[in-house]
Amino acid sequence: MNKKGLDDAVDSMLEMFIFETNQNLEQLEQITIQSEKNGAFSGEEINDIFRIMHTIKGSSAMMEALEVTALAHAIEDIFFYVREKKPEKLDCSTLTDLVLNAADFIKTEIDKMEAGEKADAVAADLIEATRTFLLQLKQINGEQPDKITLPAKPKPIQEPIEEPPKKPTSYIELDEPVNVFQARITYKDNCEMENIRAYTLINNVKGIVGELHYLPDNILEDDESANIIRKDGFKVCFTTSKEYDEVSALLNRTIFLKELELEQLTDVTECSYWPKKEVLPKKVLPEKMIHKVEDREISHPSMISVNVTKLDILMDLVGELVISEAMVTENPDLQGLDLDNFYKAARQLKKISNELQDGVMSIRMVPLSGTFQKMNRIVRDMSKKLHKQAELVLVGEETEVDKNVIEHISDPLMHLIRNSLDHGIELPEERERLGKNPVGKITLEANNAGNEVIINIVDDGQGLNKEKILKKARENQLLYKNESDFTDKEIYSFIFAPGLSTNEKVTEFSGRGVGMDVVMKNINAVGGNIVVNSEPGKGSMITLKIPLTLAIITGMTIKVGHSRYTIPIMSIRESFKPSLDNILVDPNGNEMIMVRGKCYSIVRLHQIYKIAGAVTNFADGIMIMVETEKTTIGLFADQLIGQQQIVVKPIPAYIKNISKTQGITGCTLLGDGSISLILDAMGIVNRF
Amino acid sequence: MSVVAEEVMELDEDTQKDKYLTFFIGKEIYGIDIRLVTEIIGIQPITEIPEVPEYVKGIINLRGKIIPVMDVRLRFKKEFLAYNDRTCVIVIEAHEIALGLIVDGVAEVLRIGEENIVPPPEIRASQNKYIKAIGKAGNEVNLLLDCDKLLSDQDEAAIVDL
Repeated sequence: MNKKGLDDAVDSMLEMFIFETNQNLEQLEQITIQSEKNGAFSGEEINDIFRIMHTIKGSSAMMEALEVTALAHAIEDIFFYVREKKPEKLDCSTLTDLVLNAADFIKTEIDKMEAGEKADAVAADLIEATRTFLLQLKQINGEQPDKITLPAKPKPIQEPIEEPPKKPTSYIELDEPVNVFQARITYKDNCEMENIRAYTLINNVKGIVGELHYLPDNILEDDESANIIRKDGFKVCFTTSKEYDEVSALLNRTIFLKELELEQLTDVTECSYWPKKEVLPKKVLPEKMIHKVEDREISHPSMISVNVTKLDILMDLVGELVISEAMVTENPDLQGLDLDNFYKAARQLKKISNELQDGVMSIRMVPLSGTFQKMNRIVRDMSKKLHKQAELVLVGEETEVDKNVIEHISDPLMHLIRNSLDHGIELPEERERLGKNPVGKITLEANNAGNEVIINIVDDGQGLNKEKILKKARENQLLYKNESDFTDKEIYSFIFAPGLSTNEKVTEFSGRGVGMDVVMKNINAVGGNIVVNSEPGKGSMITLKIPLTLAIITGMTIKVGHSRYTIPIMSIRESFKPSLDNILVDPNGNEMIMVRGKCYSIVRLHQIYKIAGAVTNFADGIMIMVETEKTTIGLFADQLIGQQQIVVKPIPAYIKNISKTQGITGCTLLGDGSISLILDAMGIVNRF
Repeated sequence: MSVVAEEVMELDEDTQKDKYLTFFIGKEIYGIDIRLVTEIIGIQPITEIPEVPEYVKGIINLRGKIIPVMDVRLRFKKEFLAYNDRTCVIVIEAHEIALGLIVDGVAEVLRIGEENIVPPPEIRASQNKYIKAIGKAGNEVNLLLDCDKLLSDQDEAAIVDL
């Protein structure tokens, strides 16, 4: 094995470690916040946290992130104590803080490792705080620390590294009937460092076993053991109170597991390497079961994690496929020919490629729950600091959105939730005085509507203050028409303008007026829009409309001169042949059109883009009314070509650098292989 | 294994070193470092892009990849010549930007050793800003193009932005 191969192995291990630890941390955060809400840690939650900390401890030791290991170990100690002794007095809130701080620390370190840096921050303070907490916890509950940390049974094996003997061991006392299991684990070929993996495994099962022995027994001291494991598998024999299924599930979680043979023994004497006992020939119980990894994959929905760039490539290819399919089936050479069988086959091809496209799209779809769950933490931290009380209700978190879109909406959601909590929800006393429930309620709600996802952020706070917003807008010179002409919605949308904050004092969270404009920017970037509704005293509701995916949109292709342009169907309100009677021209030569009693500006595409040979006579062309955040305009083009699904491609960087043109956001390939430019109504409006 | 790969790479580099693809603009022959060239294609249907300098003719679809094309003739402020069968697009890649150069015609690949390359006269440096050097091969004299300048020109800032 050359060096490169080894590096690859380490890389993939690191990737796996980062992925798993991040997932564990997310779960940890959820559990802790949930239990803090409930005011107590349930047995299951304690076990979960214990398990997560244990896993992190083990794997971080393997990745040589020693501070993380130490911190995870300290937290684990607390939960070990809590689980074993079930102390009556437990300061849940402080404990949650401790756990969350630790999770934050670990997260930062993981991020560093991901960026290729060394995880080198020192967690001494956190560890100290954790230890102090444990000490206090023990004292409050009237126990001497050394009494409880001693295991009831003599230690079954020597702890090889990491834990000095005086530390509490994580082996548990068994009070239920003891089951004896023997397992043989083989790792996948080329997974490397089998001995270290075996040690991780031992670490993982430690929480549930009474006594444990394994072969080869020198996994840490002797690197040769890796070869033995590779050849013969790693054998473990232990006593536990858990049942077969639980043990099997735990062992099946082993990373790089190739095969697991797990059998239940009636007595430890059956194990050949159990010490201080007569060596007996190995006897296998009749209910002996051999589990293969294949079986496991059938029983559980198996997941694989795939690099997003691979998905992007696949996505691109499918896009190309759809286009080239159109190139074949709509080939001009076929025109006028009688090709029944050909079209039959072509329809079949179209059906399959559409299904393929849907399939690839669905791979990229991720439920919103991850993003939504993160908001719990924000609500918790903020309400604590602002001395407010609020609960977050999540609805429809299973709604799925393209991964790219999720990345863009996570920040906006965070800002909106912060805003609701900071500006919307009143202080508890204030709420009580108003006859409201002192605990504010913020609802985060998602649902599907056609090709869009609608996300509502509803709070039952004080609502938006119209006068204040207007005043601020006036100070910032944002009013673009008569103050009295503004509708409520238009006024509310000022909260997304940069630099506008109605909060009198700047807090840690909001009030500087940055943030909300980021919301607008991010949501616009994914082609979504925002509507604000509010009722003074009752609360406000912010609605985000976001397209399901960025990569494929439905567009209307139009023709101007020889050029073709595509307008996203979402922004088109209507299109019609303009009648000359409805067209007005002001003294400056600006053209306008009356549509059902309302007047809109006309933009001639051939004029702004200087396209030669286009239709200039209104009666011969077509008017397309496009809607933007600010206003609606009429785009004048030669003719409509048709509506189709298009794959959005970026404009080449060279063109972007050389031209400062506004209103063209990308390009796409049409069925005949030619290129169409994608128009952005917002950009066109901004030209004026 | 990796060592071998590196050697292969070096060899590859070596065979391309000092080699230039030559093309015509009118009567002049220009050379371009072959390492920058991805491929040579015939003239393709071009989609025009609004509001770009005249020499940027637009974008083309090269097997699903969208590439901007520049008319080198117009870039050198020469008269526009209608495209014909001999017109070629040389696709180059420099600074991770792919670009098609529309030229009157492609000549050949020449080896011009360093000893045969001389700097352009300095007196008119401002006028031959696209020319990096003059190369001699046999009796012919080639003007060697500086692709960076071709890409940037007055849009110096644009290239820095990258």
